[in-house]
Amino acid sequence: MHNLYVFVTGPLAWAAFILFVGGSLYRLIAMLILAVRKERFIFSYMSWKYGIRSILRWITPFATENMRRHPILTIVTFAFHICLIMTPIFLLSHVILWDESWDLSWWALPDGVADAMTMIVIACCIFFLARRLVSREVQFVTSPSDYVILAIVAAPFVTGFFAYHQWFGYKSFMILHILAGEIMLVAIPFTRLSHMIYSPFTRAYMGSEFGAVRHARDW
Amino acid sequence: MGEPAKIKKMEDNGLEVGAERLTEDRIEKVINSVIKGETGARLKTYVDTCVHCGLCSEACHYYLSNDNDPHFSPVGKVKQTIWEMLKNKGRVSPEFMKKASEIASTECNLCRRCAMYCPFGIDVAYLILVVRRICHMLGITPLYIQDTAHSHSVTMNQMWVKADEWPDTLQWQEEEAQAEIPTLRIPLEKEGADIMYSVIGPEPKFQAQLIYQAAVIMNTAGIDWTMPATSGWDNSDMAMYTGDNEIMGRVKRAHFETAARLKVKKIVMGECGHAFRSVYDVGNRWLGWRMPPFEIVHAIEFLHDILKEGRIKISRKFETPVTLHDPCNVVRGGGLHEMSRYVVNEMCEKLIEMHPNREHNYCCCAGGGVINCGPPYKNKRVESNRVKAEQLFAAKAKGAKVLIAPCHNCHSGLEDINHHYGLGLEIKFLMDVLYEVMDKPE
Repeated sequence: MHNLYVFVTGPLAWAAFILFVGGSLYRLIAMLILAVRKERFIFSYMSWKYGIRSILRWITPFATENMRRHPILTIVTFAFHICLIMTPIFLLSHVILWDESWDLSWWALPDGVADAMTMIVIACCIFFLARRLVSREVQFVTSPSDYVILAIVAAPFVTGFFAYHQWFGYKSFMILHILAGEIMLVAIPFTRLSHMIYSPFTRAYMGSEFGAVRHARDW
Repeated sequence: MGEPAKIKKMEDNGLEVGAERLTEDRIEKVINSVIKGETGARLKTYVDTCVHCGLCSEACHYYLSNDNDPHFSPVGKVKQTIWEMLKNKGRVSPEFMKKASEIASTECNLCRRCAMYCPFGIDVAYLILVVRRICHMLGITPLYIQDTAHSHSVTMNQMWVKADEWPDTLQWQEEEAQAEIPTLRIPLEKEGADIMYSVIGPEPKFQAQLIYQAAVIMNTAGIDWTMPATSGWDNSDMAMYTGDNEIMGRVKRAHFETAARLKVKKIVMGECGHAFRSVYDVGNRWLGWRMPPFEIVHAIEFLHDILKEGRIKISRKFETPVTLHDPCNVVRGGGLHEMSRYVVNEMCEKLIEMHPNREHNYCCCAGGGVINCGPPYKNKRVESNRVKAEQLFAAKAKGAKVLIAPCHNCHSGLEDINHHYGLGLEIKFLMDVLYEVMDKPE
């Protein structure tokens, strides 16, 4: 068990971070190269003003027509993404790990708050799962990979939750938690989780086309 | 949750005969050549970024009008077409292509409303156009719209208007209008005029009174204008919608070059939406112009300007309450919605807004080449826009009796909706109303 722990926190963690950062850069650069090679016009239509206008509009809760049409989904989506990103970065035990390994330290969430945020992520994942199963228009375009991606996202939080509360099998859950986190990091550049990398660009491009060329709103 | 509504339709030989000629090998080759040769970062990024959330569904009038049948949601249509092609690396059956062509050409108006509902701003209209392009390369395009593209190719206009019929029609309308205003002219081939006025093929073919009205407005406003006597007069473009980009480019080049030959300062277009899209947004790009080489002024903007400058006086405002339809290509595609409201308010006593409106207005379900796919799809087209009928009925309930639609496709599509659902609205162009209420010279 100890050897496994050393492996997942050592070489595997390195591999995961390298694949995450390297993979994300690779995907980003590959997209830009493809654009330069085959659709260079995209750059001439990109507008900082309208691109940023569109991004800001779409990261503000209830600022778009569609968000107002689906208030529950809007709340769930924002809560999910905020907790998903903030919790791992500001979790005290993670900050301590950074501090021990790299002498880097920053503000941390109180444990109770982080615990609640973890539960929010898990609850949101259950909501997304239910929506995929129940909602006809979502079900129709769902493929098995959508469930896998959802599981990949939920896993670090579920295992982390169990490990934190030390209900049973602490060590096993800790190792599973680390493994799940690593899988998720690697999955970001290589699955549809890559919307994390691409969405600012697609949003900015549509915002630019709507704003600068078509003089219309895109929300 | 019943079975999806089955909509009766007739056979389309463009698809039937087209599919008979196809083999899986040929399909595979063509799909991959289009994907590899003509698409790039947009297609790849859109497909990789879509998280299959279905949030675009409620943007689509097809989806809403067909009882939320997921086959008609924007992403549902993408799934049934381009996703399958990519997943199978182009190896799909002729039967599949037949269905894909029908979906791409007759179940999407490319109105881009869904782009405003997708959290990532994925351009579904572009994805559907890629499908139409593939269908074009495979020779499996609905017959009626293909015939229109042929007309563009042969005559440089949409309606097989022959070279002599065009100036003849203009002179006929000039003579007609001279009965009303003896000094009126439709100046042909006037080099150095301020404005070249261009229209779509159907105007000389069967709506010549629109040219008459435009001539009265131009003459009254004292505009220095001209119309070409040669081809290049037609600003419409169905080739843009069949995926025949080469013909689209030829048609747009002829249009721009005619304006250049006449040394005009700008092009003013009649009340057509898709033509505006082709001249202002799409055709120019194909020809390598970031923005059009001429200033492009849609009729809405032109009327706005001449009313604002006081070049036209209103003798008595239009009394019947009106409602205003915002065509996708000039509103979501050109931002002219406040100008059209200015024009309507100048001309009419009472404007009753339909809801949703402006960028969020529901499509007419005729544009994007759908109405041009002809009779086999008419029932589907009209039944797939129940939501428009409901929207118009609500405006009627508030008192609107006249529906103003400053776009040809919208006009024809809305006439069908009006008739099918028994709305009893009178549908007019902006210039129909202006002609009626303006001060004319003796």
